[in-house]
Amino acid sequence: MSKLQQAIDNLHEADREAGKRSGKSRIHPVSRLLVCVAYIGIVVSFPKYDVTGLLGMSLFIIITGILEDLSFIKGFQRMKYILAFVVLLGAVNPFLDKRIVMQTGGVTVTGGMLSMMTLFIKGVLTVYAAYFMFMCTGIEQLCRALRCLKVPKGAVTVVLLIYRYIIVLLKEIQRMSLAYRLRAPGQKGIHIKVWGSFAGLLLLRSMERAQNVYDSMLLRGYDGEFQYEILGQEKTGKGLGAVYAAGWIGIFLLLRCVPVFQMAGNIFLSIGQ
Amino acid sequence: MVELDHLTFSYDGNREVLSDISFDLKAGETIGLIGANGAGKSTLLKILAGLLTDYKGQAKIDGLDVNKKNLAAVRKKTGYVFQDSESQLFLSTVYEDVAFGPRNYGCVGKELEEKVMSALKQVHIEELKDRPIYRMSGGQKKLAAIATILSMEPEVILFDEPSVGLDPKNRRNLINIINGISGLKIIASHDLDMIFDTCNRTILIEKGKLICEGETEKILTDQRLLEKSGLELPLSMQKRDV
Ligand SMILES: Nc1ncnc2c1ncn2[C@@H]1O[C@H](COP(=O)(O)OP(=O)(O)OP(=O)(O)O)[C@@H](O)[C@H]1O
Ligand SMILES: [Mg+2]
Repeated sequence: MSKLQQAIDNLHEADREAGKRSGKSRIHPVSRLLVCVAYIGIVVSFPKYDVTGLLGMSLFIIITGILEDLSFIKGFQRMKYILAFVVLLGAVNPFLDKRIVMQTGGVTVTGGMLSMMTLFIKGVLTVYAAYFMFMCTGIEQLCRALRCLKVPKGAVTVVLLIYRYIIVLLKEIQRMSLAYRLRAPGQKGIHIKVWGSFAGLLLLRSMERAQNVYDSMLLRGYDGEFQYEILGQEKTGKGLGAVYAAGWIGIFLLLRCVPVFQMAGNIFLSIGQ
Repeated sequence: MVELDHLTFSYDGNREVLSDISFDLKAGETIGLIGANGAGKSTLLKILAGLLTDYKGQAKIDGLDVNKKNLAAVRKKTGYVFQDSESQLFLSTVYEDVAFGPRNYGCVGKELEEKVMSALKQVHIEELKDRPIYRMSGGQKKLAAIATILSMEPEVILFDEPSVGLDPKNRRNLINIINGISGLKIIASHDLDMIFDTCNRTILIEKGKLICEGETEKILTDQRLLEKSGLELPLSMQKRDV
């Protein structure tokens, strides 16, 4: 299977999985969105040397993964390019910040090494948080949540269309490069001479198809509102969603303000003595 | 049900793609819309669906003018089956996609499920309900696309080249399905044999002009008329002549 085909399949697969999960979920998408945003905000706000504090924040990801039956490995496979990018971002830190902050045995730990660690953990946690949130809501529910939060119709429609456009674009690239390869056998890739016209044509064709998709939505009554009420959510939704959001955000704040893990460690040590 | 009065349309303001078309279609009819490539069939359907609104003359559906003001009401009454089913379907599974229309009109729960299942039953693809759309064949996608329209229970259904890309068995199947759907149907196609098997009336257009309209049987057996408009007799007729 070609890389492109894999990417398309991956997107479709994730979309379908998210759709299924959100249909069963009893938690309102607004609560999930709020928790996710709060989580990302709090994770990012941790000081740059606080590795243990951040490790505490990973509790949310682990518990969500287990409760919602989400695969960490699949998440890694789907998000690997974004994760790689995040790792690269932190990789320069050891060269910039050479201040020594710790010395145990023969090992010296510099500030740069620690901040690289925290940056790396922050990246992984936020990527996973966003990914898990998406896998529990799906694009329709997510857009509905945005509408509930009074994001304007136009903006929400743009989000939805960009998401759909990515798939249309990938498919169009696949179709056109197949047509090209069939008529240029033995050639590797697409000749640089035709890049310009290839890109132009690609844009026109994919835009036409995206227009069709949008027309198809309009013709079936889409008007920027999301009538995606899921019965279970409407009944228990508000209460359960509020408890879910308040609970998690409370825990995040606790983990942020109180070094719970360090305290627990100290208690253990003092018992040992 | 569908009334056109001196309808004229141009995409760029210069070249008229449709000029001075008038006809009157009643509920329950099945209308064939035939014409060579570029005659303006798809354009005419798009106008009826409310996708192109800056035309001259009048277009009415069930007494409602097709214009920007009535768009929502007009679209609720009409369903449009695209020529390219791939871009008509955009959700991940057949069920979700068929449910999209009724959901937008506020349908939920049991009622929604019944509508979706009844639409799937009409095109005989109940068993594909949970299949991911991207792993279906062209013919299956076409049937799914028709189901997405049926679930909205429109009064007028517009088909653009519905039989393109179907094998003989599926094409037969499609003809039976179309014949089983109630409401006004307008079918734009070059597949004159299919038109012959489904439509009681036929409208022939050539380069945007209405050449004639009348009983399907009369028009599709008139070799001179068809050839003048760049078409040929239906295959079944050709054999009969020899
Ligand atoms: N978006 C557009 N912009 C400008 N001109 C267009 C556009 N779409 C179609 N046309 C032109 O309008 C005329 C009628 O096109 P239309 O697609 O309605 O024909 P058709 O009868 O459906 O043909 P076919 O049988 O090939 O599908 C053609 O000359 C075409 O080039
Ligand atoms: Mg056409």
